[in-house]
Amino acid sequence: MNCHRCQEKTAVVQFTEIINNKKRVLHLCEQCAREVQAESFGLIPQMNLHSLLAGIFFNQMAGPFSSAVPGGEMCPSCGLSEARFAKSGLLGCGVCYRHFGDRLDQVFRRIHGTTKHNGKVPERTGGRVKLSKRIDRLKVNLREAISREEFEEAAGLRDQIRELEKDLAGEGD
Amino acid sequence: MSIRESVNNSYSHWMSSAGPETDVVVTSRVRAARNLNNLPFPHLLPESGVRQVFHLVGLVLEGEDFLHRSGGFEFVEMGELTPVDRQILVEKHLISPDLLENYQKKAVVLSGDEIISVMVNEEDHLRLQVLLPGLQLKEGWDAVTGIDDSFEKTLEYAYDEKLGYLTACPTNVGTGLRASVMLHLPGLALVNRIRDVLGLVSKLGLTVRGLYGEGTDASGNLFQISNQVTLGQAEEDIIAALVSVVGQIVASERAAREALLRERRDHLEDRVGRAFGLLGHSRIMSSEEAVKLLSDLRLGAAMGIIDLPLGLITELMVLIRPAFLANKAGRELSPLARDTLRAGLIREALGKKRIGEK
Repeated sequence: MNCHRCQEKTAVVQFTEIINNKKRVLHLCEQCAREVQAESFGLIPQMNLHSLLAGIFFNQMAGPFSSAVPGGEMCPSCGLSEARFAKSGLLGCGVCYRHFGDRLDQVFRRIHGTTKHNGKVPERTGGRVKLSKRIDRLKVNLREAISREEFEEAAGLRDQIRELEKDLAGEGD
Repeated sequence: MSIRESVNNSYSHWMSSAGPETDVVVTSRVRAARNLNNLPFPHLLPESGVRQVFHLVGLVLEGEDFLHRSGGFEFVEMGELTPVDRQILVEKHLISPDLLENYQKKAVVLSGDEIISVMVNEEDHLRLQVLLPGLQLKEGWDAVTGIDDSFEKTLEYAYDEKLGYLTACPTNVGTGLRASVMLHLPGLALVNRIRDVLGLVSKLGLTVRGLYGEGTDASGNLFQISNQVTLGQAEEDIIAALVSVVGQIVASERAAREALLRERRDHLEDRVGRAFGLLGHSRIMSSEEAVKLLSDLRLGAAMGIIDLPLGLITELMVLIRPAFLANKAGRELSPLARDTLRAGLIREALGKKRIGEK
């Protein structure tokens, strides 16, 4: 059989295309098949990472909590709408994370398997986090010191923890 | 090196063969995404915000952490560069192709040695990147975190106690860290094991890509492997996991090369010799052919079949790219003129070296 498209070379590929439920089968030579495929791929709406993510986000909206507002809720800070997030897959600003928080958690779980950061803490912005992480570590040391019955060391640790907790409370004001 | 010199010079520090495991690992790249607090992310950033980000980055560079660094740093807005200049920075892997879109809103900070580049207003306000030759991911992270600390002295980041560093795309949130290596795997390709090995890698939560970033086919047997997960693990753990996987790929690539040498020595030497012959004597050479032959030549050099510096071959892989050739010629070139210039440059580069077969 000759290629349906160029009518010259031998057809080696069967190309099936379904548009609006109408099926069309073409027998094509290798070169035409490549060209046809390249053309038809151009027509398919681009499926990329961002739209996939937005898909995860919106799947949950089908439930009882779906928003009544057309275009979805908007971030009070940057004005990013849910519809726009669905399109771009990008959040608009830091506040978006808080505003869409609970529903984003599912996206994070799907991508990262978790919803909690465990890495670097910035010196300035994360001063409080750093402090509370340090206090947690000292508390572990304190428990260990007590179980070893090293009470002098434990007392020292206890004073350090009190000092740091005072700092933490002070910074919170 | 100034950005002007950068654009005119095809060589970059990352092409050096002085790094560890350069026979297989071409480069290590570590990148951290950071955003500024109280400003919309770049895709929603109005013109005034764009200027504000540029201004703040300028302030950072005036700080003492940067003023006294040897080699210095240069800040340039993408709009100040010609299209060819911008494309060259991409071809040298110093900036991502993303920085070419809406380039009027974007800028780059480049260190004199081209090791550190900071992309401004890419997907995030800041993308801090370090590019090193060979397997140096830990060194790369040390450098990135140092730059990050210096930036943070002046800037306030978008950071959340629970989620970490906030990024425009939820795939980068947490550490904002993307660590990647570029691997040259001609041995595994020749013994038809590439699919198995890379298939395994993608099951381990790592991403595999061809050479020029997302969505491109692997060419010249160059593959990029990077971490996928950015949230929940410490930076050091992400790096350590990647290093361990890369170590195993390096071992299987070397095993494949040794097996080829043992069992198909003549074929292998023939392949390398032919690549050298064609590269050294052709008058017209397409980019596709050059990339393929340079891959064979790099394999030969790494295995000591042919006496050529690896760094030279890696540099040639960049030199033969379209924007570089256009810059060399000083004008846009027709495809044929490009192929002719490419063949000439390769001949010249290889002619300078004395080839002693071992």
